[in-house]
Amino acid sequence: MFYILAIIILVFSFLAVTSSKVMRATMYLLFTLIATGGLYFLIDYNFMASVQLIVYAGGIVALIIFAVMLTEKIEAKIALPDKTKMIFAGLLSIVGSIVTIYILLSHPFKESSNDIGQTVSVIGENLLNYGEGGFVLPFELVSILLLASLIAAIVIAKRKFDN
Amino acid sequence: MIQGVGITHVLIVSTLMFFIGIYGFLTRKNLITILIAIELILNSVAINFIVINKYLFPEKINGQIFSLFIIAVAAAEVAIAIAVVIDFYRINKSIDVEHGETMKY
Repeated sequence: MFYILAIIILVFSFLAVTSSKVMRATMYLLFTLIATGGLYFLIDYNFMASVQLIVYAGGIVALIIFAVMLTEKIEAKIALPDKTKMIFAGLLSIVGSIVTIYILLSHPFKESSNDIGQTVSVIGENLLNYGEGGFVLPFELVSILLLASLIAAIVIAKRKFDN
Repeated sequence: MIQGVGITHVLIVSTLMFFIGIYGFLTRKNLITILIAIELILNSVAINFIVINKYLFPEKINGQIFSLFIIAVAAAEVAIAIAVVIDFYRINKSIDVEHGETMKY
C-alpha cells in the first residue's frame, strides 16, 4: 500500500511541475496532497491526515483554483521553459537528490520499536500548555500570522488603480 | 510505523518530492505554477517531520505540532500570494514573472 501511495505522490508531483496547463497542474497537486494524506493515515496519524485533507486539499487547492480562474483562460497553454534552463534545473535537482539520498542511506537511524499512538487530546493539551515543553507561544503567533495575512490579502487585492 | 517499510523509504520519497518542487520552482515562469512548486516543497518537509516523529520518537508529538504549523504557514502564504497574483494580473495583464518590471528600477 505504501508503494502505491509513493508512486502516486511521485508521478503526480512530477506532472504538477511539468504540465503545460495551469488547471491540470493544480489537479495534479490535489492528487499529490490527497496521497500524502493517505500516507499519514497509513502511519496512524489520523488527526494530521484530516488536517492535511481539510486545509491543504480542501482550502489551498480551492484558493489556487480560484486564482487560476480569475487570471487565465482555462485552456491557455503556458510556454515551456527554454532547454538550457530545463537542463540546468534538472541537473541540479538530480545531483541534489542523489547527495541527499546517499546521506540518508549512510545514516544509521535508530528506529524505535514501541508503536504507541498519540491521541488528539494530547496534541490539544500540548498546544495550550504554557509550562515546560508547551507550544502556546507558537500557537498564538500562528493565530496572529493568520489574522495578519487575512488583512493583508484583503488590502492587497482591493487596491485601486488610476490608469 | 508501516509494516515492512523502513524509514529510509519514506524519506527517499519525500526527498524526491522536494527536488521535484525545486525543479518546478526553477523552470516555471507562471506565478501560479511557481506557487504549486512551493506547495510541493512545503508538503515534503511536513512529511519529513511526521515520519521522523513516528519512526524515531513515537512517544513525543513535536513533529506533528511542527507540521501543523507548517500547514498553517502554508495557508497564510497562499492567501497572500494569491492576492499578489491577482494584483499582478491587474497591473500587467499576465502572470508570467518576466512581465513584472514595475519595481525593476
